[in-house]
Amino acid sequence: MSWVILGTAPYEDFPLVEGVCSVQNGRLILGEHSVKIARGTPALITTACISAQVLGISAPKAMLVGDIGDGKGSEKLYARVWEQIGSQSMSLLTFHYLQPDLNWCLKINMKLEELAQRPTLVADAGYMYVAKMSGQANLYDLFTPDIGEMAFLADENAPHPFYTRGFLLQDESSAPDLIKRAYEHQNAAKFLLVKGRKDYVASQEGILDVISEPVVENMEPIGGTGDSLTGIVSSLIASGIQIPKAASMAAKANRYLGLLANPTPAHSISDLMAYLPDALEKTLKEYDYLCF
Amino acid sequence: MKTLFKKIYSGITESIKPSLKKDHNAVSARGIILFHHTSDVIKAEEVLRGAGLDVCVKGPPPEVRTGCDMAVEFPLVSELAVNRLLEQNNVKPINILPLQDLLLEPVSLFNTKDFGDFLMVRAANMKITVDKRDLRIVNISGGGCPDVPYLAEQLVGKSLNDAPEPRSLGKTLCGYALQLAYEELRKQCRG
Repeated sequence: MSWVILGTAPYEDFPLVEGVCSVQNGRLILGEHSVKIARGTPALITTACISAQVLGISAPKAMLVGDIGDGKGSEKLYARVWEQIGSQSMSLLTFHYLQPDLNWCLKINMKLEELAQRPTLVADAGYMYVAKMSGQANLYDLFTPDIGEMAFLADENAPHPFYTRGFLLQDESSAPDLIKRAYEHQNAAKFLLVKGRKDYVASQEGILDVISEPVVENMEPIGGTGDSLTGIVSSLIASGIQIPKAASMAAKANRYLGLLANPTPAHSISDLMAYLPDALEKTLKEYDYLCF
Repeated sequence: MKTLFKKIYSGITESIKPSLKKDHNAVSARGIILFHHTSDVIKAEEVLRGAGLDVCVKGPPPEVRTGCDMAVEFPLVSELAVNRLLEQNNVKPINILPLQDLLLEPVSLFNTKDFGDFLMVRAANMKITVDKRDLRIVNISGGGCPDVPYLAEQLVGKSLNDAPEPRSLGKTLCGYALQLAYEELRKQCRG
């Protein structure tokens, strides 16, 4: 069974490309296309590829399309995903940077609900926004919001993080309250991995784990460090680790990535990739998982 | 004329409501644009539809009626592109509102973090960071709409004084949030 990552690249003319991907000379290779790893879905896919190698599992399949915010590429991708669901065997689907489109999300939800055996569903970025807006967030297995996005999930009326109401404080200390409120209004996936100064793993039952060490302050401004977290957790889930454990381990590995790379706020996520194998291996050892 | 009459008729008989909800928990993904004059409504519809946006003319909800009993409904995520298109075509709306809750307002609280030589400002889900020594934009992070990676490609590495404003290139609400963070950062860097 394949695990699939879906999202967009920031180029208007980049066609819809699908296939197994790899990383060569600091670039993401997908079919005949070579993509820069700066942030966004290319960063997520790259992280997942490198992590898969460390874990000894097959590389993910990617479905990537160009979109610069007009939604045209996203629409092609939504249509393709909708066609593919049910027609091929997938163990895990990770949805990422996509133009939020409620009608397409509802169509995809409907198709997913019809499956006898649903793949594990991870959502981040634009697709997480629309999955919440669909009113069927609990169809999804894992969301990976930051604190601003967590406030949006907690606001039952907000159609986008831009319109999150001010009384829902977007500071890190309010994360537990925001998590509770999101579950009360059924606007969270079965599990949440909330990234911040402290990372929270949560479910309907409450907070399951808090990962707060090591602290690498300079990771926060770097574009793509949330994408790397989603890439790592996806690969751990694809390797067979249960979602809450995978979320805790991914949070720890992403922190080790920062610790080993020791970046300034001016670094790029691509500068950090060389440290990912060591960061993940260190985490696997700490959690008593064998390195393959 | 007949089409216009039909539009007005349907607008009066069925004013805008969050009718997209297929699930009781769903949130409407649409916004509305209010105008003073019917002529502006017609022009806005033409301009926005011409740009490929999924728009339609309807009657505004009673609580926001101001005299012109028509409004343009549009995909809320494209609010930044809508604003720019209206501005370019000299069509001035009274207000643009999210249909889900007409009282919702754009984020207005900012979070600032000082990293020594670097300063980061967050608005909603968007963060922008500059090197204080030369005002170079060193990173853009957060967000979920596809124009965010595109905006980052265009802005990172440029000086805060020379970089294009996010609103000139962005199209979505994430782009809009980045614009607000960018304005706040400029304000703070001016001292």
